[in-house]
Order: sequence, then structure tokens, then C-alpha cells
Amino acid sequence: MTATLSRSTFIGLRCKECGHPYEAGARHVCEDVCFGPLEVVYDYDAIRNRVSRSTIEAGPASIWRYREFLPIEGDPIDVGTGFTPLLRANRLARRLGLKNLYIKNDGVNMPTLSFKDRVVSVALTRARELGFTTVSCASTGNLANSTAAIAAHAGLECCVFIPSDLELGKVLGTLIYNPTLMAVKGNYDQVNRLCSEVANTYGWGFVNINLRPYYSEGSKTLGYEVIEQLGWRLPDHIVAPLASGSLFTKIRKGFDEFIKVGLVDEKPVRFSGAQAEGCSPIAQAFAEGRDFITPVKPNTIAKSIAIGNPADGPYAIDIAKRTGGTIAAVSDAEIIEGIKLLAETEGVFTETAGGTTIAVLKKLVEQGKIDPSETTVAYITGNGLKTTEAIASSIGEPFLIEAQLSSFNSAWERAQSLHRATWETVG
Amino acid sequence: MAVQVLIPTPLQKFTNDEASVNLEATTVDELLQAMEGRFPGILSRLCDESGKLRRFLNVYVNSEDIRFLDHQATALADGDEVSIVPAVAGG
Repeated sequence: MTATLSRSTFIGLRCKECGHPYEAGARHVCEDVCFGPLEVVYDYDAIRNRVSRSTIEAGPASIWRYREFLPIEGDPIDVGTGFTPLLRANRLARRLGLKNLYIKNDGVNMPTLSFKDRVVSVALTRARELGFTTVSCASTGNLANSTAAIAAHAGLECCVFIPSDLELGKVLGTLIYNPTLMAVKGNYDQVNRLCSEVANTYGWGFVNINLRPYYSEGSKTLGYEVIEQLGWRLPDHIVAPLASGSLFTKIRKGFDEFIKVGLVDEKPVRFSGAQAEGCSPIAQAFAEGRDFITPVKPNTIAKSIAIGNPADGPYAIDIAKRTGGTIAAVSDAEIIEGIKLLAETEGVFTETAGGTTIAVLKKLVEQGKIDPSETTVAYITGNGLKTTEAIASSIGEPFLIEAQLSSFNSAWERAQSLHRATWETVG
Repeated sequence: MAVQVLIPTPLQKFTNDEASVNLEATTVDELLQAMEGRFPGILSRLCDESGKLRRFLNVYVNSEDIRFLDHQATALADGDEVSIVPAVAGG
């Protein structure tokens, strides 16, 4: 389609709905026909010829080991994003009654401790290639952190937009990189609308708007890594949080691409999605058997996934249905319990989105929707230190003692009896 | 009723690159017809064959999604601002 992409394995863009082709510029909707979302098109024969398990294993310990599957032309912005741990979660598995559970821990992704570093590394690499000098985004927090940090590293101007009620950690974790930060009085969907209007008149690269086709491809690496880290095989079941639904669909695309180019043997993988009850438009549509989304106004502590009007919701429903998975929602109280459960059993401190995923995982096991022997992967997408407000009143407090042995002795005794009491309640 | 319509970049080729246009209409449906009258061809981008707004398009009246109002029958008043926004990814 464009002659300029000769070094690259990607060909251009195509409408996901009607298939209409477009050149690989800064555009995200099918403006000539149906307004469907645009998606990157690759030359899979070229990828198959260039890539093998050993070429990937010889690559950098970052998402760029999969660069042939990513929509860039030249050198990537590599800040060490990706290749995060896949933990075998034996203690959590035992607690839930599972035998083969893994945690994909993007709470320790680089540089800003969420899976958003994957999408932003790709989007800003492409933004630079397309000639943008200012980058921007509408964000529930994690995306703002990541865009500001990677823009700083790449020397790009940055102006990001967030809802004004975000957790302090997410605000500070953006401001420290010294972007221009707009805290908008409204929810994420309103921020997004404003940003779309700003994008109409300012010539900026909005990672989740006009760069969306490139941005969203970064999430595929969460699929590739799990395959590689499982020893080049697919899991049986994955559980991931649903906000806009994009991540979910791109994990699926990642699996499909590795099958298509012969890097992994095909087998069924069930896809289950997790939402917070206070913002569950996708779970509601799934439960009611609808293939369209009725937007909602979010009200949940899980702010990072509080998107009331999820663009990729219909695709997420389709994947859950097609693969025999499910989409479920949990309450804020269950989300906090999910955060604590993961921390206490596996030493992983996740944010509210991760608590949602663990709580839904637990619910699905209780409902018999996960076979105990299935190889199940739960995707943890963000770090708990960013959302400490959410759990502050639910985790007890330290024993304040004097610097004296007697003070310690009596506090230790109290601690032991508290522990016993907790165990008695748990049964 | 005179309303102001914010036009997304992908549709500005219909509006001579104008990001905002003023039109007369009393409902969103009427507004869509008025847009077609002024900018022939634009309606088929906004709506499917049955006249329903395409599912990847969001329409807001004074910042409120019309799916929380009366959908395409949503009434418009003098000075209202209508924003047309293609769906975006997020997080």
C-alpha cells in the first residue's frame, strides 16, 4: 500500500468492520465508509520467513523481541517495557482449589508499573515516525503515567488528560515527568470526548485516539509472552480485566498470530473478562445476551477500568462467547478482598483492576466455570502502590511500640491473638 | 433552533475543514437531515441504511451521551452544542 514501509512487516491499516484499506497514517476510524475501528495489517508470510522461536529468544528482554509483529518502521523506543514475570501461583491456586494457575504480573512493567507501558512504547515509536512532536492521551491514570514517562525519555512534548478524581499516586506518577496535566471535571468518558474534540483541532498524536491502531497492537505482547513463558504453548483459560475491551481482544490477536505463523500449536483457549459492578457495561450486555453495549456512568473504586462507554466491548463479548469463556462483575468489597488475597498468597500487590481480576477468578472457580486442572493465566495489569487509597482502611495498621523489649513482647502477644482470631473467622 | 455541531476530523472533508458548524434543528434526527442538506454525502457516513447512527459513533448534546437521553429523538434547544465523536480505545 505504501512503498515507505519496506523495512517493516506491516502493510497498512484496514477497517475491522468493512475491510476498507487505508494508508498507515495517524487515523483510527473508517472515515470513507462505516466509521468502524481501523486495525493494522501485516504481511504474515514475511513474518513467518523472518521469525522463529530461536530468533525471538535471542532478542531483547522486552516487547521488542516481537518487533516483527508490531507496527513500526525504524528503531523502537525501548525503555525495557515488557517481558514481565509469569509466576506459577501455587499458594493462590491451593486457596482457590486450582492446580495450574499462573499470574502474568504487569504490575512490575517498565517504566511505570502497568501494562500501558506496552501500548505507549509502540504508540510513541509510531508517533515519532509520523512526525509528531507533541503527544497526548485521555487516561484513567495508568496511561497518563506511561505516556508522560516515555514521552520524557523520547524527548517529546506531552499534554495528558485525566478525570479530576483520580488517586493521588496516579496524579503524582504523571506530574513527576513534568508534562502538562489537565485534570478534567468529569468521568473518563467525558475526558475522552473532550480529547477527541482537542484532537480535531490540535495537531497532536493522541495515543488512544488518532494513534489507536498502533497503540492497541502493543497489548498483543501480553499474549506472546505468556505463550513463550509457558514453554511455547497456549494456556487453557485466561482471565483479564475489561475496561475498553481492547486488551482482551489483543491478547486473542496475539495468540492467533503465533498460531498463524507456526510458533505455537493451535488449541482452544477460553477467554474470561472481569469488570467492577460499579462499571460493568460489558458484563451486563454479556449476561443479557446482547451484542451491543448500553453505556453506564461509572461508580467504583476500580477507576483504572472505569470506562462506561467501552469501544471494544462488542468484540470482547464476541471473543468470550466464541471461546466458551464468560464475563463477570464483582463488587468493590470483593475487589479489595481480591487485592489482599493476591498479596497474601503470592506476594504481589496489585491495584484495583488486578483485584477485580482475582475476585472474578475466584467467582468463576466457585461457579465451576474453571476446571481445576486447566492451565489458567490471570493477567495482573497494574501496581497496588498507585491506588493505596482503595485499601487503606481494609488492611489493619502497624503496632506502635516503644523501643523496649517489654513493649515489643506485649504487642507481639496481641498480634498473635489477633492472628488466631482471624484464622478462627476464616475457619 | 440554532445549534452548534462539533465535527470530528474524519468528517471535516465534508465541511470544508470546518471543525464546527451552525445548523437549525429541533431534534438530533432533524439535525442529521440538516447536515445532509448542507453537506451532501455526510449522512451515509453517520448512519446505516436504516437511518440508525452507526454503532461506533457517539453523539453528545451539551456533553451528555444521547443514549442517556432520547437517542436520536433527543430534543435540541437554541444554543445547544452537539458533539460527534468516533469511539476510541482507552484506559
